[in-house]
Amino acid sequence: MPCRVRARRRETRDTVTLELEGAGSELGEFAPGQFNMLYVFGVGEVPISISGDPARPGRLVHTVRMVGAVTGALGRLPRGGVVGVRGPFGTSWPVEEAAGSDVVVVAGGIGLAPLRPALYSLLARRERFGRIALLYGARTPGDLLYVRDLQRWRSRMDLEVDVTVDAATDGWRGDVGVVTTLIPRARFDPTSTVALVCGPEVMMRFTVRELQARGVPDGRIYLSMERNMHCGIGQCGHCQYGPFFVCRDGPVFPYQRIAPFFRLREL
Amino acid sequence: MQPAEQRVIDRQGLDKLLTGLRQAGYTLIGPVRRGAAIVYEEISSLADLPAGWEEEQGPGTYRLKRRDDAALFAYTSSPGSWKRYLFPPELRLWRAQRTDGGWQRMDQEEESRPYAFIGVRACDLNAIQVQDRVFLQGAVPDPAYALRRRGAFIVAVNCGRAGGTCFCASMGTGPRASGGYDLALTEMVWEGRHDFLVEVGTERGAEVLRGVPSRPAQAADREAAAAIVARTAAQMGRHLDTREIREVLYRNAEHPRWQETAARCLTCGNCTLACPTCFCHAVVEVTDLAGEHAERWRRWDSCFSLTFSYIHGGSVRTSAASRYRQWLVHKLAAWIDQFGTSGCVGCGRCITWCPVGIDITEEVRVLRGEGQAGTGGGKEQTDGDP
Amino acid sequence: METLEPLLAAHPFFKDLRREHLQVLAGCAANVRFEAGQYIFKEGEEAKTFYLLRHGRVALEMAVPGRGVLTIQTISEGDVLGWAWLFPPYRWHFDARAVELVRAIAMDGQCLREKCEQDHSLGYELVKRFAQIIQERLQATRLQLLDVYGHVSHR
Repeated sequence: MPCRVRARRRETRDTVTLELEGAGSELGEFAPGQFNMLYVFGVGEVPISISGDPARPGRLVHTVRMVGAVTGALGRLPRGGVVGVRGPFGTSWPVEEAAGSDVVVVAGGIGLAPLRPALYSLLARRERFGRIALLYGARTPGDLLYVRDLQRWRSRMDLEVDVTVDAATDGWRGDVGVVTTLIPRARFDPTSTVALVCGPEVMMRFTVRELQARGVPDGRIYLSMERNMHCGIGQCGHCQYGPFFVCRDGPVFPYQRIAPFFRLREL
Repeated sequence: MQPAEQRVIDRQGLDKLLTGLRQAGYTLIGPVRRGAAIVYEEISSLADLPAGWEEEQGPGTYRLKRRDDAALFAYTSSPGSWKRYLFPPELRLWRAQRTDGGWQRMDQEEESRPYAFIGVRACDLNAIQVQDRVFLQGAVPDPAYALRRRGAFIVAVNCGRAGGTCFCASMGTGPRASGGYDLALTEMVWEGRHDFLVEVGTERGAEVLRGVPSRPAQAADREAAAAIVARTAAQMGRHLDTREIREVLYRNAEHPRWQETAARCLTCGNCTLACPTCFCHAVVEVTDLAGEHAERWRRWDSCFSLTFSYIHGGSVRTSAASRYRQWLVHKLAAWIDQFGTSGCVGCGRCITWCPVGIDITEEVRVLRGEGQAGTGGGKEQTDGDP
Repeated sequence: METLEPLLAAHPFFKDLRREHLQVLAGCAANVRFEAGQYIFKEGEEAKTFYLLRHGRVALEMAVPGRGVLTIQTISEGDVLGWAWLFPPYRWHFDARAVELVRAIAMDGQCLREKCEQDHSLGYELVKRFAQIIQERLQATRLQLLDVYGHVSHR
C-alpha cells in the first residue's frame, strides 16, 4: 500500500526518521516491536521496525539507518515522497505482561528504534508498572537517536534514563563505556523485572549475561533478533534462525525460547 | 468406477489416457530422455517416454543404461523435480508503472494452464505435499502456487526398482504412492506382458480412466503389483534413521563432523536445486534504466549462497560448515518444527547430484555417533531394510 | 578512624570482608571530595592512593597529541578508581578527572601495601577483588573496542 512521507527528520549522520500517512485508508494498528516491509519503487523492499506511538496508529513512524540501496533510498525520500508499506509483521514486546513488574529497557544503537513504541506504551499507563529504567548506548554522542524524547523522559521524575557512548567527543559530560556497564547500577528488582533488549547481537549477548548476573530469570528477558528478510511472511526462508522464522516467530523472542541457539556461532 | 478401484490397462490404453488428458486441456509433463539424463518436460504421447531406459545412480554419479525390455518407468529419480512446475524457478510477481502519486500496478489475471504430471514417484508425491504445507498453510497462502496446484492432475507411478541413492522407505514416503494422486500406475513388464495396474485416487481420475479401455484387476494382478513394490522396498541401499532426529541434529550443532564435511562441500547448491522440497527464494526488484517501470520477481535462492544470510555489515553464515549445517538441520529437523513433517522424502537426489558425493544418510549416522568420522564419499552399503 | 568503617563496609568493593580486615583498612582510609572539573590524578604521577567512589562521575582520560584530551571511559558511584598503586612502578597510566562533584573514600596505597605484606590473608582478599575489577574493566573495554554500532562500510 503506498503511503506518503508527511515529515522527515535527520536523527544522525546516517539515520533518518520518516513519518508516513496513508493514501486514503487508515494505516494499520501495530504492537510495539513489530515491523513493516517498506518499498521504494524500482529499488526494493526492506524490513524496518515501527518506531512510533502505538496509540497513534494514523502516523506511521519508521527510523531508517542508511546502510544499503533501499535504506539509502528511503533516507533520501523528500516530504511527499511515496513509500510502499506492507505489514505489520512479527511478534511484539510483552508490555501487558510486564504490568506489576519493574521494566528495564536496554537499547544499543539503532536498537532504540523498535523499543521506543514500548516506552511510549509503558509511559502511557505508567501507574501499572514499578520502576522503569532506560539504558541506552550509542557509538558517539552524534549517534544518539531521539534526543528530544530522551530529554523529555529524563525530565520526568518517574523514569531512570542512563545514556552512555562508546567514544566521547569534546563537550560530552555523560558516561563513556559500553551499555552493559550501566546494568549493575540500574535500579530495578531482579526478582520482579521484565527486561526488553535490542541492539547488535554481540551487545545483546553480553547484556543477557549482565542481566542474569543480577538475577533476572531467562523467561523474563526479551530480545529482538534481526535476520535477512525478503518476504516477511515466513515463505522465502531467508530469516531462519534455528527452527524459527524471525519474521513470524520473532523478531521479539523471550530469551528462554532461543537460549539453546543464541550462543551458536554462525546460526 | 469409484476411487480406490483397481483396473488394468495396456500400453495403448496408457497412450489413450495421455491423449485424453491433452484433449481435456492439460499440458502433459512427463519423463523424457534429454542428453545423458531423464528429465521432466512437456510430452505429447507415449512415444516420448524413455522406453527401455533406466539409470545407475550413486554419490556424485548418474549414468543412463539401456535395458533389454521396453519398460517406460524403469528410471527412478531425475535431476529436477516437479517443483519447477508448481514453484517455477523464476516468476514475475507483479509489474508497475511509476505515476505522480506513486505507482500503478499492471496486474494481469494469470491464465490457468493446468498440468498433468505423468510418472510422479511416491517420494516426489510426498515432496509436493510437503511444499503444499509451506506455500498453502501459512498465514498468507501463495496464490501462484495455489493456482498451479489446484489444476494439476497427477498420474503417480509405483517404483519397480530402487534407485542407487534412494531411501524413501526409511523416510516413510514410499516406494508405494499412498493417496494424493488422481491415478497411480504400477508397471508390470516381463516375458509376455507389458501392462499397468491402475489405482484410482479421485473422481477426476476415475472420469479420465473411463475414456480408456481397461479390465478389472484380478487377484493375480494385485499380487504381482504388490510383489514389485515389496521388492523395490527391499532393494533400498540406504537407510536414514529418523528416530529422535530433531534432538540428534540440534544437540550436535558443534559436532566436528560439520568441519569435516565442509572441507569437501563446494557450497555449489546443487542439492538445493535438485531437492524437490527446497523452497527458499529471493524476491528481487527489477527496473528499467529510466526507473519508470518496475517488476518484482521471485527467484529460487539457496541457503548455500554467501549472501543468503546477509544483514548490514556482512553475512551471518560465511563458513561452508555453517551453511551445510543450516541446510541439513533445516531439512531434517527444523522443518518438523516449522511445518509438522520432515523436509526430506528420501529421493536421494542430493546424494546423486552432489559433485563430491556427500551422503546425508551417512552424515546422520556420524552425527548419531554410529558411523566413523573421517569417512566421506564412497558407496555406503547396508543390507536393504525397509 | 572507626567512623569510616561503616562507610567501607557499605561500599560494594568491600562486600563480605571480615570485620578485622575492615578495621585495618579503616586505618588507611580518609573521606575526600573533588569539585567538578578537578583532576584527581594525572598520568605519570606516583600512584599512592586508590578511591572508592561514593558519589559522582569520574572520567578516565588520555591526552593524545593532535587529538586533544580523550575520555576513554567513565566510572561512578560504587566503582573503584585506580589499581596502579598495587603494581610497580606505582605510576598512574591515565588522567582521572571529576566530571561532577565527587565524594570518595581515599585509601592510602603505601600504608595498605605494608599491611598486606604483614597479613597475607588481607592481601589475598584485596587482590581477589582487584582482579575482579580489572577483569570486568577489561571485558567492558574489549566490547568498546569492537565498535559494535559501527559497520564494515565505515572503515
